[in-house]
Amino acid sequence: MTDLTALTLAKALDGLKSKQFSSVELTQAFVSAIEGARVLNAFIVETPEKALDMARASDARRAKGKAGKLDGAPLGIKDLYCTKGVRTTACSGILGEFTPTYESTVTQNLWDEGAVMLGKLNMDEFAMGSSNETSRFGNVINPWRRKGDNQGLTPGGSSGGSAASVAANLCLAATASDTGGSIRQPAAFTGTVGIKPTYGRASRYGMVAFASSLDQAGPIAKTVEDSAILLEVMCSHDPKDSTSLDIKTPDWRKDVRKGVKGMKIGIPKEYRIEGLSEEIDALWQQGIKWLKEAGAEIVDISLPHTKYALPAYYIVAPAEASSNLARYDGMRYGARVEGNNLTGTYEGTRASGFGKEVQRRLMIGTYVLSSGYYDAYYLRAQKVRTKIFQDFVEAFEKCDAILTPACPSPAFAFGEKSGDPVEMYLNDVFTVTANLAGLPGIAVPAGLSANGLPLGLQVIGKALGEAACFRVGGALEDAAGFVAKPERWW
Amino acid sequence: MTDRPTFRIKGDTGDWEVVMGLEIHAQVASNAKLFSGASTAFGSDPNCNVSLVDAAMPGMLPVINKFCVEQAIRTGLGLKAQINEYSRFDRKNYFYPDLPQGYQISQFAHPIVGEGEIDVDVEVPGKEGYTFACRIERLHLEQDAGKSIHDMDPHATYVDLNRSGVALMEIVSKPDVRSPAEAAAYVKKLRAIVIALGTCDGDMEKGNLRADVNVSVCKPGQYEKFRETGDFKHLGTRCELKNMNSYRFIQQAIEYEARRQIEIIEGGGKVDQETRLFDPVKGETRSMRSKEDAHDYRYFPDPDLLPLELEKAWIEEIRKSLPELPDQKRARFEMDYGLSRYDAGVLTSDADKALFFEEVAKGRDAKLAANWVTQELFGYLNKEGLELSQSPVSASALGGLIGLISDNTISGKIAKDVFARMIAGEGEAAAIVEKHGLKQVTDTGAIEKVVDEIIAANPEQVAKVKDKPQTLGWFVGQVMKASGGKANPQAVNDILKAKLGI
Repeated sequence: MTDLTALTLAKALDGLKSKQFSSVELTQAFVSAIEGARVLNAFIVETPEKALDMARASDARRAKGKAGKLDGAPLGIKDLYCTKGVRTTACSGILGEFTPTYESTVTQNLWDEGAVMLGKLNMDEFAMGSSNETSRFGNVINPWRRKGDNQGLTPGGSSGGSAASVAANLCLAATASDTGGSIRQPAAFTGTVGIKPTYGRASRYGMVAFASSLDQAGPIAKTVEDSAILLEVMCSHDPKDSTSLDIKTPDWRKDVRKGVKGMKIGIPKEYRIEGLSEEIDALWQQGIKWLKEAGAEIVDISLPHTKYALPAYYIVAPAEASSNLARYDGMRYGARVEGNNLTGTYEGTRASGFGKEVQRRLMIGTYVLSSGYYDAYYLRAQKVRTKIFQDFVEAFEKCDAILTPACPSPAFAFGEKSGDPVEMYLNDVFTVTANLAGLPGIAVPAGLSANGLPLGLQVIGKALGEAACFRVGGALEDAAGFVAKPERWW
Repeated sequence: MTDRPTFRIKGDTGDWEVVMGLEIHAQVASNAKLFSGASTAFGSDPNCNVSLVDAAMPGMLPVINKFCVEQAIRTGLGLKAQINEYSRFDRKNYFYPDLPQGYQISQFAHPIVGEGEIDVDVEVPGKEGYTFACRIERLHLEQDAGKSIHDMDPHATYVDLNRSGVALMEIVSKPDVRSPAEAAAYVKKLRAIVIALGTCDGDMEKGNLRADVNVSVCKPGQYEKFRETGDFKHLGTRCELKNMNSYRFIQQAIEYEARRQIEIIEGGGKVDQETRLFDPVKGETRSMRSKEDAHDYRYFPDPDLLPLELEKAWIEEIRKSLPELPDQKRARFEMDYGLSRYDAGVLTSDADKALFFEEVAKGRDAKLAANWVTQELFGYLNKEGLELSQSPVSASALGGLIGLISDNTISGKIAKDVFARMIAGEGEAAAIVEKHGLKQVTDTGAIEKVVDEIIAANPEQVAKVKDKPQTLGWFVGQVMKASGGKANPQAVNDILKAKLGI
């Protein structure tokens, strides 16, 4: 029998449907794989018993012919999603042993369609990071290594656990979340596919909030088709989230192999940033060539406010975070450090509960909202955001989707960028624009770097234009024929 | 109606005037909270009406309660105010254990209701009162915080989150209030309006309606300059008196605070802008926090909520469903009951009073009812320092008494005696009249008999009255005395005149 963990989600669902294997068999294969891959530190809570119970229930449902869209498929869940009865901490010390009594809407949607939960995935603390180095539970190790080099590499962040576990075949696919690139950048660093849908497609109810106006759920999967299958189930209108869109979720699976013939693909000149590596530029040119060969029309477009996106993002996101994270005060749940008085308890709890990067962002956020600075920072950043949105609106008058690199570099080593926060923040340069404008963006693996690491391209769609992302993503996937997997060293 | 008097306080350097603006926090009458489905029931066990949202559990999101929005619109319409079709929720950030989110969701930059105006009726003891227009600056929706309980344990503070997330309307007036009595009258009028609208139960004891008063003092003439220019530099530095929930305390606190500020200024000092609390036991205000310790609330639009965009049609629908408001009620009282504007104003200044009056007047002589309610009953209540709700005489009981006057069972004079007995707890008017035999004697035969006896016994007076008809009063007095005050005075007069031939 083939290695079940190497299957794509689509293939696995086919196998379950045709009874080639049971969900219990499939789940057991992943449980074993996870046990054998603890060195990667992708899972921070393993729930094998729950997984096997869910698998048994799935097999019973399937026997009765009542299988859901994801029935029996073992998935990993980013620790950002509240899961009833399973510890949820967003990988922060401040949440202690917090175990929700409720389930997030996105994960509930998965269970309602029969999916199996393998456990909770590591991430940057409160999703703040681009390297998974800020987790309370330690770094996630990228299963990929540079050719001829054993140095540990980051899987990207903040959904580092999601990306690493999918790349290492520890789950069929995983939930992730994206505030400034947290799905797309780790997907690019691990040779996986990640999509952030239009803001409001997926409910934020039960997702530990980082920056409410930017946070959006999405999947990391092995293929474009798998990401389409999973995204469809994750998205829904939810009355419990006021920013959730009251629209029907389409079945995107059919778009993946539709091809790009007749589509207009925009190439934004502003994304050719100073110091863009030749390797990344070459990949981008290759992507353009592939799409042209597949029948797409390439158009030059301009997104003039792009250079202000990163600074605007690093004002808006910390500002919202500084308020969203105020609830972690040691009063009702999570960790608490008793002080001599109320202020002492607050200070002790938050100083020991939050890691350094989170503290940095809370201070930045508090600063930019404070009296006398609000207009100069927050208000101006919001204006920039409006301009960026308008840039896209104008650009999309000329094209159906936009092709850009996903990241400025392949996966880097631990410590390589963690000394300089600005250097780290630059990782998000190609991805934050989609968050600021609320647009869908997909990262698709498109090649390997000279030293053998995966590189990704990004496709940005119009608002609610996920279908275009899947079409272009599918075409790139076909053209690239990316089949490389990390060599198993763990 | 009298002119609006100017309230002045004498200082060492001459007269001073007071300027006030009020912020009223009124709990929205609604079964569920502003952003969660948890109950707003009063008196539940601590922390029993708390949803995951109210406790700010991770990943929880606010969802606006449409009914609370409707109540705010209704209130705005009742204040004759601008309803803003676009409004927005902001976060007011500060840390406190009874504020689970670490921020209060409020409306800072774009409130749901803009400028309006109400007519405030001020009672003046012993004189006719007056009415002044008070402009409303804005009304916005916000969440209440929980309650910190400091006195259960000497070493710990307990938190009750039942109130956390309950919807409040903050109603802000312009600085149009000029005396302690006007401040109390303003609160009274606003309370009457929200009760009439059904948007707040107005229960001040439970804290469902409470007032913050911004007080400053200035020299005569300065206020007029301020009104002309809109420039606050003409006014003094203000202090905010927080959380007052009694008309009496509001007036006491303002009086004390104005004098305190005058003393500081006349002593060469400067009033510090600060928040102060009134201590009803000591009768003084004390500093709660100064401007320097004031929080930087870091207001910003709540990204979890979309802006509120109201449809015109919905606002009109609500407007059409508005109940009778106190001012409309006053007009109706003037028209239907023939009351003076002042009496109608007094009776409609308070929903309870209006309701009480209408019950008393139902099917009876309305003017007589108004006199008895405003003069006899309110006079008694004022003297005893009682609220209407504490009145020993119910509306139906008072109505019964008035009925006895109207149908000539008793005279107005006897009625006052009966009223005193009702206050003393002797029961219903009819029963008292029966028990003490106070029924008016209208039987002319019985009166004639008494008259004949008195004429026969007093020949000198009979001789005198022929020359001096004004001495008839002496006979009237004698007949009334002999009948124990029960004889119908008109009948006594008529019979005496006939028998004495004058």
